[in-house]
Amino acid sequence: MKRFLQQILLGGILLVTGITAHAALTIEITQGVRKAQPIAVVPFGMEVAVPPAENVAAIVGDDLKRSGRFALVPQKDFISRPHQASEVKFSDWRLLNVPNLVVGKIKQTATGGYDVQFQLLDVFKGSQIEGYVLRNISASHMRAVAHQISDMIYERLTGEKGAFSTRILYVEVRTKPDKSKLHTLVVADIDGHNPQVVLSSSEPIMSPAWSPDGQRIAYVSYEKGRPEIYVQEIVSGQRRVLSSEKGINGAPAWSPDGKKIAMTLSFAGNPDVYVLDLASNSRTRITDNYAIDTEPAWSPDGKSLVFTSDRGGKPHIYRYTFADKQVTRLTFEGEYNARASFSPDGKRLTMVNGDKSRFRIAILDLKSGNMQVLTDSRLDESPSFAPNGSMVIYATEDRNRGVLAAVSVDGGVKQRLAIQEGDVREPAWGPFMNQ
Amino acid sequence: MKQIYLGLVVAGVISLSACSTTPKATEGEAGGAKMEGAESGAVTSGAAGTGAAEGAAISGAGKAGAALTPFEDPKNPLSIRVIYFDFDSSVVPADVRDVLTAHAQYLASNPSARVRLEGHADERGSREYNVGLGERRAHAVNQIMSLQGAGGSQLSTVSYGEERPAEAGHDESAWRLNRRVELVYTNY
Repeated sequence: MKRFLQQILLGGILLVTGITAHAALTIEITQGVRKAQPIAVVPFGMEVAVPPAENVAAIVGDDLKRSGRFALVPQKDFISRPHQASEVKFSDWRLLNVPNLVVGKIKQTATGGYDVQFQLLDVFKGSQIEGYVLRNISASHMRAVAHQISDMIYERLTGEKGAFSTRILYVEVRTKPDKSKLHTLVVADIDGHNPQVVLSSSEPIMSPAWSPDGQRIAYVSYEKGRPEIYVQEIVSGQRRVLSSEKGINGAPAWSPDGKKIAMTLSFAGNPDVYVLDLASNSRTRITDNYAIDTEPAWSPDGKSLVFTSDRGGKPHIYRYTFADKQVTRLTFEGEYNARASFSPDGKRLTMVNGDKSRFRIAILDLKSGNMQVLTDSRLDESPSFAPNGSMVIYATEDRNRGVLAAVSVDGGVKQRLAIQEGDVREPAWGPFMNQ
Repeated sequence: MKQIYLGLVVAGVISLSACSTTPKATEGEAGGAKMEGAESGAVTSGAAGTGAAEGAAISGAGKAGAALTPFEDPKNPLSIRVIYFDFDSSVVPADVRDVLTAHAQYLASNPSARVRLEGHADERGSREYNVGLGERRAHAVNQIMSLQGAGGSQLSTVSYGEERPAEAGHDESAWRLNRRVELVYTNY
């Protein structure tokens, strides 16, 4: 807030950015793993007239650390600070017992951009694992390039695709001085940077969802005094009402091919799941039951939906298969299972699992039927997998505030994502953008 | 178009019993402006127990002996316009059936009156399921009132799920006030 005011004082041009500036999520790792692999990231060499504002090596280091898979060797332990493989004395790094080393340098180009070179090295073999020069990068793309470097390093060392270049969508709620609420829908980088408000309203905003290509979002807004589903393009901000039936219009979920949206509608008397074909605008009813049927989520192959239903008396997760139109119950453990969604490989579901006093995040293995509870707090909700399946992001309550949290799928690493003031909720981890 | 909420009336009753020194200075103005007070208080706080200041004005009016509308008179069942529920339940408690009957009869004898039934849930569990639960609660109230004589076109429902808690807080003392249906008169 202080920074915001300073920007306003600086004058008219900065005032514009001051308005769009928004408190960023700060991320803290609240639980780490013992088996995190050491890695050294040496500050990049600078062959520049005007240094870029972003510290690429620091961003890469933060990304790797936040994944929980890596532990950074402190810079004070460095014996030397090389900027390219030819300068590296591998014996210096073997002494630190660090298996991998990242070095790099940034050169200014004739057009004012930057060439960013990095090399990932195997300390014990004394060889290069990966090396690239990313050419003529503008200063404003430096963070994005740093995340790309993190993705490449992460993938080479873990065999799993990095998700550092993805984005997050969440709902933020602030109480204004007159006690009224301001609801905003925010898109940010997955590390919390570059938050952008895509919708603000005095009325509730709910259930944000990404299109599979990451270009559009769907959400529920009460701005007209009742819930309606909207679809909005992220870049242009253009939007349209997708569903405005009598009663509930809720829980939009994009099909994996981006052509359909599953949703909950109650105009026929009670909440049921429907699928809307976006091209033809034709709607198919999926469930027809007196119970609450809601929170549809697509399997990655698009052949089935899971949803929450209390048709058995308590909320549980059920699966609908398009081929045979059959519904089967998937959860039996606990009194309350809701809001399931699939892992990217389709083998697992994450969901809210609870009883009256505790609501926690769980993962159900679909083949074995084993349920593993990942969290131990009281009011966890809205879980979804990272696009690489490594973590589950969810919303929880901490000291009377709504915060976001992420947990690795083995429960080993936990992070907390919070803003300075207000509540954050309903995180949706965006898809990979460069497939 | 006026809106009245029970929350403030409850607050008024609480402040009357808990604070016998309700300032008499508010009595005169309260007579004419009570509905306004109720309306603005409901929009900003909308919660039993949080609108004490506005509620005090209403109770002050009572002490002054000004004529109360049926909606303000704590002895009149029409003054109760929030129905509370058990966790994950949409069963309307037996002890408020008389209240709903009174509202239904009011609607039957005032055909132009309209009531919006706003269903809510406490924060536990998932958000969209709670929207479904809030709607089911609103429908349960709707059904009873319809059976008791309210016209179908006089009643409408909307569910806010857990998005609009009446009371902040993360324990049963707040939750029990948030599992509710509010009867909001939009014309009366």
